[in-house]
Amino acid sequence: MADVESLFEFVHMEIVAYFLNKPGKNVDNDVIQNLERLGFGVGQRLVERFTKDSGRFKDELEIMKYICKDFWTAVYKKQIDNLRTNHQGTYVLQDNNFQLLTQMSDGKQYTEDAPKFLAFPCGLIRGALSNLGLSCSVSADVLSMPKCKFQIVIPKS
Amino acid sequence: MAVCVAVIGKENYPLYLRTVSPEEELKFHYTVHTSLDVVEEKVSSLTKSSNDPRELYLGLLYPTEDYKVYGYVTNSKIKFVIVVESANTALRDNEIRTMFRKLHVAYTDMFCNPFYNPGENITSRRFEEAIQTQEIVNA
Repeated sequence: MADVESLFEFVHMEIVAYFLNKPGKNVDNDVIQNLERLGFGVGQRLVERFTKDSGRFKDELEIMKYICKDFWTAVYKKQIDNLRTNHQGTYVLQDNNFQLLTQMSDGKQYTEDAPKFLAFPCGLIRGALSNLGLSCSVSADVLSMPKCKFQIVIPKS
Repeated sequence: MAVCVAVIGKENYPLYLRTVSPEEELKFHYTVHTSLDVVEEKVSSLTKSSNDPRELYLGLLYPTEDYKVYGYVTNSKIKFVIVVESANTALRDNEIRTMFRKLHVAYTDMFCNPFYNPGENITSRRFEEAIQTQEIVNA
């Protein structure tokens, strides 16, 4: 069977390129927003499908663990390397070798472009969590090239 | 076979309701709506106790003189409710369970349609067919 991961990777690259080259208003932020929205829809649907056979989640932390382990494995073929939380609704997920960044140079050359490749995954996480009943905001940082951090903030009501 | 099947959204509004006879639809809307309190109660008591079975199937919510109401809640807080006639004793718990499984599969397939916006009423013909052919409700 063909390499399925690269299929997704190539499609994702094309999607990013499409939004970047779209005619009309082309503010950088706009591109990221579009990608994020796209990821949100995908995340919602994925989670609906993936959690069909799993048991009910007890609390927030359990949902986060699910995202780090099962969800990440299903999408990116590996687990999140490090999960940290302040127990007040902020979670930091660190991936030391993020799939969508591994093909880029590990120098400083593409650091500027990296956020565009993290918008979709951010939306993916947000969509997944929203469908599990947690509305939140997700942002991403690149530390040094294939290493990145996702910060999830769940506002306390 | 059930007399009514309902799908309720996250915020407790009906996404889909199907009854055997269309005239009784309003009555079942009421029955299903009443059952939501019990669903809520069961879910919160499940999450609090530590040795919970953690199943999506909630079992019998409440019996009335004419009907028995069964519930199921997915991880995405979508509620499925099935109403069965009390006189129908041939239906076992296991069969209700498989009915919910089928319903859940049909729902996820429907949800994965990219043109469906989460939270909208379900109008999918395939979902409708799935419910009919699998004899969950047959009008």
